[in-house]
Order: sequence, then C-alpha cells, then structure tokens
Amino acid sequence: MESAFGALSKTMPHDQTRMMPPLLQLQGMTKSFPGVLANEAVDLEVMEGEIHALLGENGAGKSTLVKMIYGILKPDAGVMSWKNAPVNIQNPAVARALGIVMVFQHFSLFDSMSVLENIALGVERGTDKSELENRIVEISNRYGLPLDPGRHVYTLSVGERQRIEIIRCLLQNPKLLVMDEPTSVLTPQEVTKLFETLNRLSEEGVAILYISHKLNEIKALCRKATILRNGKVVASVEVESETPQSLAAKMMGEALQAPSARHHRKAGEVRLEIDGLHNTATDQFSISLKDIRLKVQSGEIVGIAGVAGNGQDELLRAINGEEMCQPADAIQINHQPCANQGPNQRRGLGMASIPEERLGYGAVPAMNLLQNTLLTAFQRLGLVKAGFVDNRRCKSFCLGILESFNVTSSGVLAEAGSLSGGNLQKFIVGREINQTPSVLVVSQPTWGVDAGAAQTIHHALHKLAENGTAILVISQDLDELMGLCDRIAAICSGTLTRAAPVSEITIEQIGMMMAGIENPGTEKSQDVCQPG
Amino acid sequence: MFVSLVKRPERSQWMVYLSPVIALAMTLVSGIILFQLMGVESGKALYAFFVEPITHKYGWAELGVKATPLILIGVALSVGFRANVWNIGAEGQLTLGAICGGGVALFFYGVDSVFVLPLMMVGGILGGMMWAAIPAFLRTRFNANEILTSLMLTYVATLLLSVLVHGPWRDPDGFNFPESRIFSDSATLPVIWAGTRLHLGWIITIAVVAAVWVLMSKTIVGFQVKVVGQAPLAGRHAGFSVNRVIWFSLLLGGAMAGLAGLFEVSGPIGQLLPVISPGYGFTAIIVAFVGRLHPVGVFFAGLLLALSYLGGESAQITMNLPLAVTGVFQGMLLFFLLACDVLIAYQFRLNMTRGAKYG
Repeated sequence: MESAFGALSKTMPHDQTRMMPPLLQLQGMTKSFPGVLANEAVDLEVMEGEIHALLGENGAGKSTLVKMIYGILKPDAGVMSWKNAPVNIQNPAVARALGIVMVFQHFSLFDSMSVLENIALGVERGTDKSELENRIVEISNRYGLPLDPGRHVYTLSVGERQRIEIIRCLLQNPKLLVMDEPTSVLTPQEVTKLFETLNRLSEEGVAILYISHKLNEIKALCRKATILRNGKVVASVEVESETPQSLAAKMMGEALQAPSARHHRKAGEVRLEIDGLHNTATDQFSISLKDIRLKVQSGEIVGIAGVAGNGQDELLRAINGEEMCQPADAIQINHQPCANQGPNQRRGLGMASIPEERLGYGAVPAMNLLQNTLLTAFQRLGLVKAGFVDNRRCKSFCLGILESFNVTSSGVLAEAGSLSGGNLQKFIVGREINQTPSVLVVSQPTWGVDAGAAQTIHHALHKLAENGTAILVISQDLDELMGLCDRIAAICSGTLTRAAPVSEITIEQIGMMMAGIENPGTEKSQDVCQPG
Repeated sequence: MFVSLVKRPERSQWMVYLSPVIALAMTLVSGIILFQLMGVESGKALYAFFVEPITHKYGWAELGVKATPLILIGVALSVGFRANVWNIGAEGQLTLGAICGGGVALFFYGVDSVFVLPLMMVGGILGGMMWAAIPAFLRTRFNANEILTSLMLTYVATLLLSVLVHGPWRDPDGFNFPESRIFSDSATLPVIWAGTRLHLGWIITIAVVAAVWVLMSKTIVGFQVKVVGQAPLAGRHAGFSVNRVIWFSLLLGGAMAGLAGLFEVSGPIGQLLPVISPGYGFTAIIVAFVGRLHPVGVFFAGLLLALSYLGGESAQITMNLPLAVTGVFQGMLLFFLLACDVLIAYQFRLNMTRGAKYG
C-alpha cells in the first residue's frame, strides 16, 4: 500500500508538493478497543495546502484516526511525523501547538452566550475582548464566514454555529484543519458556502483533512482521498481519476445494488391524514409545529426533508402519540381521529413508528431482544394475557425478526446494547415492520448504519409499501429520500411544505424548501430556518 | 507499573453477585481492624456479633422478627429503585402505618373480633400509602425531588407519632408515660412459633417476596417499571406513563412500609411508643442494594442486616461494646458495596512500562 501511495504522490500536479515533505505523515497507526480493532496499520500523508478526504462508511475507523491525530486517543502503535520530524501528540494542546485544529461533528457551544463569549472561552485568558472581536470580524470577512459576534448562539442556525467553531480554529493560525463530517447538518446552500471557505484556506496553504462518506462532496472538494474500510486503508487515490461509483465500490467493498424500482407500487386510499396539526413547544429549545397538513396513501412512501432540529422530532412524537394534542381529528389513522390518544391506542389503529435514536429510545440497551420485542409489540401482537407476558409467543416473534432481517446476534437473549448499530437498527425496523402496520412513521431509518444494513432496511421499506402500507420517512439524507420516496416535503421551523412528487423536483429545490426560502405550491413562507 | 480502572466492554454479570460478597468480606476485615484498635479481642467480638445471636432457637426466631420489616420494605423499595424512583422515606411511611394501624387497634380497644387485625393491616397499608402519596404528587405535579420530600416527611411522621403518644393517645392508666394502651389480644399478631416472638408478619412477608418476584419477572407491570427506570424515553415511546410508574412504585413502597410499621406495633412491641423502629426504613435501603434489587437477593440481605441488629445487641451484652457498632457495620457494608459495584462496569488493569511511549 505504501509503495502505491508513494507512486501516486509523485504524479501530483502541484509543484510545491513535489519538493516539500508531507505536512503530516502517519505510519502504521493501530488502535484497538475492547473487542474491536478500530485502526490497523493505517498510513496517511497530508501535504501542505491539500484538501485530503478521509473516506469510509460509519464504523470504518475515520473518527478513531483523527482523534489520534488530535491527541484525544493514544495509538497502540504507529509513528506520526510533522514536517518530517517524529512527534508524540499526547493531548489536544500539543496538537494545537503544532497547528492542528479540529471542527467536531457535534459543537461545544453554550446556547445562552454570545458568539464572542463562546470564542473567548477557548482563547487564552487576558486576551482583550475588543481586539478579539476585531479579529473575529476580520477572519469572518476574509474567509466568507458572515457572523455577528454579538448574537446569542441559540438564535443561530446550525450552519452559523459551525462557523463559530471554524473561526475558533482559524484564530489559532492553523496548518492543518480536521473536519469531521461537517456537512451532515447543513443545507445544500450552506455546504456550497463552506466549500468556498475551505478552498480559500487551501489556497493560503492550510491543509484540510476532510472526513466524510458523501461521495459527491469529495468529488467536488478534494484532490486526494484515503479510503478506510474496517479500520484498514483499502486505497489511496487521486479523486479526479475516480467516479462516485468507483469510490463507493472501494468504500463498501462490494458491488452496490441499484435501488429497487418503485413503479410496482400503487397509491391507494389515505391511511394517515394530518390536518391542521398544531403543537406548542414545551420549552425554549423545542419547536412548535404550525398547521401541519399531510396525507399519506396506502402503498406510498412520503419523505420529509429538513435540517436537524426544525421540528422533525416533535412531528414524529405528535404522529406516534408520545405527545398528544387537540383536536382529536388533527391526526387520523385509517380515518380514526386519534390526536388525543397515546402510542398504544394508535398502535391499535394500525400505526408503528421507528425513532431516530436507537439506544435508550427505540430499544433499551441493557435488556435482551425478547424484552425489546415486548417493548412496542406487546399490544398489537397480544403478547400479554391478563397482565402476564406470553414468553413463548414473544420468542417466536422475536426469532422471526432475527431471521427475516438477518440480524447478527447471539440469540434472543442478547442484550440490545451488544448489537452493532446496523444490526440493532435492523432489529428495530424488523420489529415494527413484522407487525404489519398500515401506517409506518420512521425517522432517519439508516442513520449511522453500514451499507449492508441500509440496503436491507431500504428494501424492506419498499416491500412494505408494495404491500399497501403508508410510510412516512423523516430523514436528513436527501439521497436516501430521493431513492425511497414517491413524494417529498420539507420541514423548516415547524412548518411543513407541500409534498412534491420526486419526479418533479430537484435536490436544489428541496434545499430551498429546507431553508424555508421557497415553498413550492403553497404561499411563500416568511420564516427563516432556525434549528432548535 | 501502576493500576488503572478500565471500562469493561460489557457489564460483568459475575461482579453483580460477587460484589456483595466482597463487600461483606471487606466489612469483616475492617471490623477486625476496628476491634483491634479498640483493644477488643476481635475473634471473640466477631463471634458475639455474627454467630452467638443464632446459636439458639430464640435467636433464629428473633432473626425472623427483625428481618420481617427489613425484607418487607426492602423488597418494595427495590421495585421503586428499579424505576429510578428514590423513596428514601420508608421510615416515615412505616411510622404512619404504625399510627394508622395502631389507631384502628386503639379505636377497637377491648373489641374481641377476628376483623380487628385485618382492619389494622388495611389501616397500616393505607397510612403508609398516604404518606408516600405526598412525594408522588409533588414529583409528578411539580417535579419536586422525591429523595428530599420523602426524607423530610420522615421527621414529620416521627414527630406526629410523638405528639399522639404524648397527648391524645396516652394510656390513661400509664402513669403519664408517653405510651399508648397495650393492644388487646384481638389486635395482636398471632405468634407462629411457640415460645418465641416470631409472628404472622413473617409468613406475609414471604408471600410478598414471592408476589413481587412474579410481578417483576412475569408481568407487564414489572416490565414497565424496569423500562421506565432504565430508559425513560424508550418507555415513553412504548406508551408507558412515567407518572404512573412513579405513583405505583411510591405507593407500593409506602404500603409495604406501612404494613411493616403495623407489624412492629401489633407484634413485638404491642403498643404505640414514641420510637417504634431502630431505623428499619433506612436499613431497608441497604437491604435492597445488597440484595441487588432482586426479591430473592433482598430476602437474604434482609436476614444479613437483621443479624447485624441482633449482633449489635449481643455484642453490647457479652462484650460491653457500644450499640453504635451496629450502625458502623451497616454503614461499612453499604460503603464497600457501592465501591465494589464500580467493578461491575469497570475492571482493574495493571499497566506495564509499554504504555510509557504515549503516556
């Protein structure tokens, strides 16, 4: 692998890289956790001013690798060199002293403090506030990161919050900027802006290590890519000479199946009808739902796109009965008004739902799969008689899930928390689908699962729709929605747009809908999208 | 080379059961050191504390008498603890059970009927439930922490009992001692082992242990309690009401504590006194944890902690040791147990010099 890597770097088109040593060089980086080898002899070279992609599926070991680079994790073995000199990065402070900074997937910001105060927390004590403010303004102008230092964080969108983190990093005059899945929370328009900033930085000689599993972004942004699979480097390539398909094949290690055709489906009668649903936010960090209107027909998959925190969670809870509201006919399942009823009454009407969060929400981690089967299936399947649990029936249903969804586990007595993300998600999806609901609401069906599990889940959803279930998919993954759905709506600040047929809409239009700028079909929305 | 604590990949089932055993061993070792420091012959002291009390039939019966309230309350508290409902005020609920059940006994003073005793039990249960309903209401309505409210109500309860036995319920023929009349025979628990004080409450306690075992392992109610305790969001998703579980576990704890209080006053004590419990309601918390929140474990833990009460008395009589030894042993047991419980999720690892390169 190393020789191939060396050969490739010689063909680099830029002169500077030919003479200069790599800014950061990793050799044989290995890190294991109890029961899993997260990184195995990983080699990586990043040149000055290079935008280098670290590509891999969830769980491939990308985050582990960058955490070692940033000094959060200690490698079990391996050598790191910085400008040809071996370094031992014991902690993030050492990394920052070298010029390595990192923007995490999850931000560490205080909502109730201003932008300036948040940034001031990260810099040395005694720094003059007005001087800091000037530098923030200067950096935000230079790199196209518009941001008002006086605004409070809770009023900012996710994209703006990310800018705070980036500015925080740029204040330290970095040599290497590490970004962990920076676009997973952004609208397409915000992504474009971010890329402009990153290109500007690259021109100024800042190297960027860009972690992602989104192939289009890597094609658009990066020059080189190192691809990880199961903790090992499987390829180190020039992005230009690759297609998204060839990158995907390397990333997943197996030929991808084309998404199953959706023309077998026939939309039938309305199963789920939401008509003028309002739900007032219970605290300042949740979103009020405003006049939601949506119909989902039998045999149809409708998608809801949106940036995280715009009311998706609230909508899911309102539909599945975790939050009840008035009037009763604001939500109808199979023509039965049920907005004022709880989850189990709605399950009785034919509803099933799958929340985004698996551990502690969709499943209880410390309970075994039998108990987790009981969790949402006891009512529809009659697993409880006179208060007593019917273990025999519960077990046969549970075994059915494990078999039909190919769940890898040590059996029905395995703790849910011991399953991998993909297997647990397959179990949860299977638990709901095997109850043959007439309405299924699912949030982020393949969030953080491996490609194989995602494929199984997508296939199962298609099949369920073919058999006449009305399915509502809430997801931030536009590719997923485009592949699954017949119609797509977007949610922004608790307002839902009209659902437009997939054949008549582009990704860009959905992006506009998600940002609350354009609302195809209905009246123009004045809301500016504010995540909660 | 040094020792560090490393998180286990998964919780060790072995340590769940080994932890109380290690804690008990460490308590004994510390006890030996303690006795040595006090200049007491530790072998003899430990014998007096742990063995001497059960060398005779009467001692075994007394073990059951002391274990009755501990097990009864401990098994009910363990249900609440599984639901993450921290009822610390069982002592107060026990006191209210004694007041209400004892009140029934005093009201029917001299009435010779088989219905008096069952009525007293109902009174005891309702009294305990009423006292536990206050923290339940405050928690579900105002989100007030039940640890604080239930604990504070304990002191209100003991003062209430004190007022009653000093005032209106004082025995008219009692030479002004703050004591109620001695309950009539119909209001006294029948003894089930002739020549001892072991009473009907012991049988009922064993039945409650079995019932709670079935409840927690076989029914949907027990399942709800466990789900809400471990993952409240999953409970909400499943459609289980957190508030109902809070009410259920507090009322169950209150009911059993109240019944235990009634057993005390209509059994071994036979009347209402200003102080009716040597802290059974608090010790039951230790019982619940030493018993791993499982009914069978609680049963044996109750016997162990009952022994610590007997041992304290015995050590006081034969060795002239202070009665506080009981509290010290109980405290050390809980202390070491909580410390050992860390090993359920973590393990020790010896670090050799290898880590130095990156350390």
